[in-house]
Parts: sequence; C-alpha cells; structure tokens
Amino acid sequence: MLPACADPSTLEGLSWYLCYLTTGKHLSFYTSFGTVLLLLAVTAPAALALGFGGAMLARSRVPPLAWIGKGYVAIVRGVPDIAFFLFFVVALDQGFEYLRHRIMCADWDQPVRQGNDFVVCDIAKLPLNSSPQWMHEIYGFALAVLTFAIVFGAFAANVLYGAMRAVPRAQMETAEAYGMTHRQTFWRVLVPQMWVYALPGLSNLWMVLIKASPLLFLLGVEDIVYWARDLGGSKTPQFTDYPHGDWRMWYFLFLLVFYLAFTRVSEVVLDRLMRRLTHGQAIAGGEAQRKTAMVGPA
Amino acid sequence: MTRIIFASALALAATGALAQDVVRLATEGAYPPYNFLNDQGEVDGFERGLGDELCARAQLTCEWVTNEWDSIIPNLVSGNYDAIIAGMSITDERDEVIDFTQNYYPPSPSAYAALSPDVDVNTGTVTAQTGTIQAAHVASTGATLVEFATPEETVAAVRNGEADAVLADKDFLAPIVGESGGELTFVGEDVPLGGGIGLGFRESDAELRETFDAAIQSMKDDGTLNTMLIKWFGEETQTF
Repeated sequence: MLPACADPSTLEGLSWYLCYLTTGKHLSFYTSFGTVLLLLAVTAPAALALGFGGAMLARSRVPPLAWIGKGYVAIVRGVPDIAFFLFFVVALDQGFEYLRHRIMCADWDQPVRQGNDFVVCDIAKLPLNSSPQWMHEIYGFALAVLTFAIVFGAFAANVLYGAMRAVPRAQMETAEAYGMTHRQTFWRVLVPQMWVYALPGLSNLWMVLIKASPLLFLLGVEDIVYWARDLGGSKTPQFTDYPHGDWRMWYFLFLLVFYLAFTRVSEVVLDRLMRRLTHGQAIAGGEAQRKTAMVGPA
Repeated sequence: MTRIIFASALALAATGALAQDVVRLATEGAYPPYNFLNDQGEVDGFERGLGDELCARAQLTCEWVTNEWDSIIPNLVSGNYDAIIAGMSITDERDEVIDFTQNYYPPSPSAYAALSPDVDVNTGTVTAQTGTIQAAHVASTGATLVEFATPEETVAAVRNGEADAVLADKDFLAPIVGESGGELTFVGEDVPLGGGIGLGFRESDAELRETFDAAIQSMKDDGTLNTMLIKWFGEETQTF
C-alpha cells in the first residue's frame, strides 16, 4: 500500500482511485490475470499433445487402440463441458487420494466412504492438510489444467484426425514409392503437411479455450471473474476503507475489453502463422502465394 | 545438492508429523459482518475473529479457505477442508449430511428489505441466496422465489427492481439498509428461522467437533463470545 493511502477517508478524486486500485485485493485481481494466462499457456500444449495422441490412436490399425482413441473423442465431445468440469475435478481428486490411500495406508481398516464422507488417512491427502494454502491452490489449478486438457484434447484430436486424412493421398503414395516405411511416411510426410489443414480448426479451439477460461471460477480457482465479482459488489463503510455502490458492471466491462483485446491479438498471430504454414503447400492458399511471388507485388 | 534434498526430506517428514494439527476452516467471504474479504483480500469479520480465538483455545493451527456457498458442504464431506464457519444456520436438513457444534450465534431473526414499505412479502417476488434457510422459507410462503448464488446479488436484485424484497439474516441486512440513505427499508414482520449458527464438521470427525464445541463453551462461559457479538453486530444484537 502506498504511504499516501494511510487514511483513505481524506482522499478525493484521482488519489482516491489511485489508492483504491492498489489495495491488496486489487493486486490479487491483477495477479489473477496471470493465472488465466498461465492456464492457457499450459493447457494449449497439453491439449494439443493429448489431441495428437488421440488422433494417432484413432488412426491405429490395431482395433483396440483405435477404439480407445475414437471412444475418447466421442465421449468427451458428447458430454457438456460444464458437466465434465464439475465431475472431473471431484473424481480426479478423490481418485488420486484413493490410490495414495491404498498404497500408503494399506493397514487402514475403516471404509473410505462413511455415509456422505470421503475419508482417507491423513498422509494420503492431496495436498496434505498441513501444506500451506498456496500448495492447495496450485493443486486445484493443476486439476483444472488437467480437466481443460482432457476436454480440449478431445476436440483437438478430432481436428487433427481430420487434418491427417486431408493430406493428399498422392503425397503418401509418393513417399511409399520411395520405399519409406509406414512410420517414416507418417513423421516425415504426413505430420509436417497436416498442420495447414489443422490450423483453422485449432485456431477455433484456441478462441473457445480463451473464452472458456472463466470456467476456472466454477472450479474454485480464484480467477479474474471471482475477483471482479467480489471487488465490484457494493461495499458498506463498516467493512472497507473504500465504500462504493454496485460496480460490478464496470469490472465486468473491463473483463469484456480484456477478452476482446486478447482474442484480437490471437487472431492476428494466428493469421501470420497460417500464412507461414501455407507457404509452398499444394493447396489453394499456397497456390495463391506462389502466383503473387511470380508476378511480384503489384 | 544432496544436502538440499536431505533438508527438504526432513522438512517433509516434519510437516507429516504435524498433519493432524492443522485445521482448515472454510468460509464464504461474502457475507459481512459474519465473514468477508477485507481490502487486503484476507478473510475478516466476526467469524474470522471467532475462528482464530477458538483455534487458539483448542491449541490448533488453523488455515482459512474461501469456498463458494453452493459447494461448501460437498467440499467439506469430500475432505477439501475440515470445518465450515460461514454463517451457516443449524437446520435438520443440513444435520443429515454434516454435524454441527453448539451454536456460537443465537437463533436470530431474518428480515425482509425492500425499496418501498408497502411491498407485500407474501405475494410479491422475493429473493434469497440459494441453499439458505431464507430461500426455503420464501418457497413455503405464497411469494415467488428468485435465488442468487451470492448475498450481494440478492440485494442488487432488489435495487434494480428484479425482485420486490430480499429475505436474509437481519444482521446482514442492517448495515446495508442503514447505509442506503433511506433507499432500502425493512418491511413486514421479522421471521425467526433456524437454530442459530454453528460450525459444521464431517460426521466422521466427531473428535474435532467436540474440541471446537468445548472451545465455544469456554467462550460462552467467560463472556468473550458476547463481547465479540456486540463488537460486530452492535449493542442491540442478541447475546448468550
């Protein structure tokens, strides 16, 4: 807190706002933007990896593997996100604790389910009861990331599966004619070329992921929506140095601007990426680039 | 490097030994004066002071956690924290799922607040927070119930005309009505609801509940609980 803010009741105008916007609670609000960005930074590659694995499984020539891949995509895509989020976070948490309980407290004789209660031994808790609050928060965040990755991984798997099939068959046949093995054609010919087909679908997913990030709030992570709602709520003078009315509209307007700006930046970046990936490809976009290059800029 | 690993292994072992002594207290953080987040973003209010004092008397280390009201009971029974201290009235329905200590806040009236004094709370639209005794009460009257996830939203709904009146604990509404400069008034009769407020524990956690129960009793006996009640709720509040 700034020293000038020691007695907020004497402040007016700009200095009031300056002090108000630098309270500890507001700093938590600003930090929570980092939480959202971190979620996206971790979830996007994780979902892509899961999607890639899912797509590879779905393409597998071994039926059980293909069933797993296709089953994953079909189940996750078919269930509402919100049901998944509410289910997974509880199920994963209890699942992990149950496993640890079975391993670490093998001689425990009481049931894990006692009426409504889910009871595991103290050392099996995740995180331990005695762990500081930040570890609980990181654990909650990690569960959220895992859930996001599973859900968005299924959509990514579907996109990548389609993209792999979109690579012209002639390319694969040529590779085979050169004597490449199945694995070599996959990694050297198919994968490098499929991205351009996958990108429109993946960029769509990225946008949806950005917009889905407020679901964090539902999972109990103190994200930007949580703080905006708390900060925007009307405050009576007994309980704060900065009383104000119902300002939720302004806080949520700020979130709206943030998300719009963020998706706009994403669009620009993705457009550039698309241009790079199109380069030299035997598709409409690549052909157009080639012609422009031949004629030279008009 | 080995030394660092060894030291952190020791630290881990030490925290493991203390595992039972940390009690995680969950609150909503959105229901002043009972519990709210202060300007620093920390849990504050009547229940903060009370919880800290109870833990000191029981010689426990306590950690504060905030949790949405909606999921506060499910997260307790699945073991994410050990106790609920969130202005939760003792009711039979809740008692079937969790166990309560004796009340640390006496049975007290709930009240209706509205924009105009001539609202009929038995026929109009009345708002209350989801999953509260007030919501259950409104549903049992002839009024139309509109529920919101947070107390803040219920008051906002009255202010912007979405509901005719809000039913909540009178001690929650009193500072809001007082500060509204005549905009909001109490209407109708006060409604006595619930058996007072207690701490909620898992049913399998009887020992911990008894520890807190004893601590509450000792605060009742030496009058410190009454001092705290008057500090947060004013002279007119009911005491033990």
